[in-house]
Amino acid sequence: MAKKGKKVEITSRRRFFTDIAYSAGLATMGGLLWAGYTQKAKSSPLTLRPPAALEEKDFLKLCIKCGLCAEACHNRPSNIDRDTGKPKKSTLKMAKAEDNVTIGTPFFTPRDVPCYMCDDIPCVTVCPSEALDITKVTNKKTGELDFKMMDMGLAVVDSNSCIAFWGIQCDACYRACPLMDKAIKLEYDRNERTGKHAFLKPVVSMYDCTGCGMCENACVTEKAAIFVLPREIALGRPGDHYVKGWDKKDQQRVANRVDKDITTHDKRSAKKPEDYLNRELEY
Amino acid sequence: MKWSNIKYLVFRRFVQISFLFLYAMGNYYGWKLLQGDLSSSILFGKIPLSDPLATLQILSTGALVGANVLVGAMIISLFYGIIGGRAFCSWVCPVNMVTDLAAWLRRKLLIDKIERKIWISRNIRYYMLVLALIVSAISGMAAFEVISPITILNRGVVFGFGMGGGLLIAIFLFDLFVVKNGWCGHICPLGGMHSLIGKYSIIRVSHNSDNCTLCMKCKDVCPEVEVLGMIGKRSEFVSRKECTNCGRCVDVCDDDALNFHLRKFLEK
Repeated sequence: MAKKGKKVEITSRRRFFTDIAYSAGLATMGGLLWAGYTQKAKSSPLTLRPPAALEEKDFLKLCIKCGLCAEACHNRPSNIDRDTGKPKKSTLKMAKAEDNVTIGTPFFTPRDVPCYMCDDIPCVTVCPSEALDITKVTNKKTGELDFKMMDMGLAVVDSNSCIAFWGIQCDACYRACPLMDKAIKLEYDRNERTGKHAFLKPVVSMYDCTGCGMCENACVTEKAAIFVLPREIALGRPGDHYVKGWDKKDQQRVANRVDKDITTHDKRSAKKPEDYLNRELEY
Repeated sequence: MKWSNIKYLVFRRFVQISFLFLYAMGNYYGWKLLQGDLSSSILFGKIPLSDPLATLQILSTGALVGANVLVGAMIISLFYGIIGGRAFCSWVCPVNMVTDLAAWLRRKLLIDKIERKIWISRNIRYYMLVLALIVSAISGMAAFEVISPITILNRGVVFGFGMGGGLLIAIFLFDLFVVKNGWCGHICPLGGMHSLIGKYSIIRVSHNSDNCTLCMKCKDVCPEVEVLGMIGKRSEFVSRKECTNCGRCVDVCDDDALNFHLRKFLEK
């Protein structure tokens, strides 16, 4: 320890250790800020990605933000406006800082421009990083691209604001759907109010819907009553507790379940239900 | 102003603007010359090119990136490693135009003479480079690509600017008022990456101290002034890896003491 009044000598050893502490400290500070920001910069879970995109977590790892998919979407022959001969506004956009989507990654908003599900899927074939995975839209038997295998999201109907559910005749989404009568079916129902009319209710099939958003784009209500959500958001998950005993496929789904995963063990389950009645135990 | 005093500057601006122009045309009109952006592109509709740092960051997240990106990063690394040196920074990168403007204004407004000097290490870029890889691994996303002003400017021109454009103004002001050549010469990890890649490249500036009159114009304009340590002392190649091969020193030298040459490894 240096005594009072005596000059502290900075030896090369002291300098060395101080330098290390200094650099490590600054790097840790910067790293923490940076890592925090990067976590924050991840997309809103409502983001709709291009066809054949990997699961969001893996997509964010791989996407190099080159924009080749958005360019392919913009310059595909089917995007040329017949009147002007110029490309129209395209489906895929590259996220800007204010879009609530990781900056520089591709996404689309169907209410503006839906995905037209091109046969040749130009956005996917051009991806250099394989963040858009071509095998997800390739038919394994024929080896050909199949746009029906796209899964950008799932259309969801808000039956409160859908005027077809009111009894007003509208089948805009049904007609717009590229997989008409598969992805959107019309369900006929008797209109009890008038006693002589029918409801023609649009119902989405989660097995066929690709999430292209043609329906959302076509919807006539002020804010679309049918809209596309990422599948992760739109769908629930029953878990392994519940099985369709009448369905072979569903039994396979839970074939590997183990007893401890489907039996609840918590503070409450340690007590027996009878005790509540017999010994007036509180739960 | 003599042509010989701005020759490389004009060449550089032409190359930089051509890159942006071709990328923009690739998007707006589907030209097949150069598509994509500086992160990853396709040259002549065939040859993949990718940013080596972006590729490293993707790999450090633990993801196996597509072959096109790997080949593209290899091509870029080989080109700059063997031929160009750190030329990406001064001949291609669009942010160079922003920071050069700031450096030029600093000289014109004599800010260097009146500001309080703030010293930051020129090695920050290498720390940033390592940090970028670590943060990518932790957060599962290429970390520098989220904040990179290079791709923000590049994409701004090709796909339209957003609020991210503010970052470029911030960097301009930082270079103008805080640290001379602050971004490109101290902080940018991509600059660090290209310094490392281009360390042994063959195109180099060489100094002939017999012709030198010690006017120090070269040191005035050099964005990486440490690399010119031999001026007026020894005749040798500018061999430090931080030299961006921008040729500004060659431009301003009126005494033919600085020129581009192919580096000779054997003579030493």
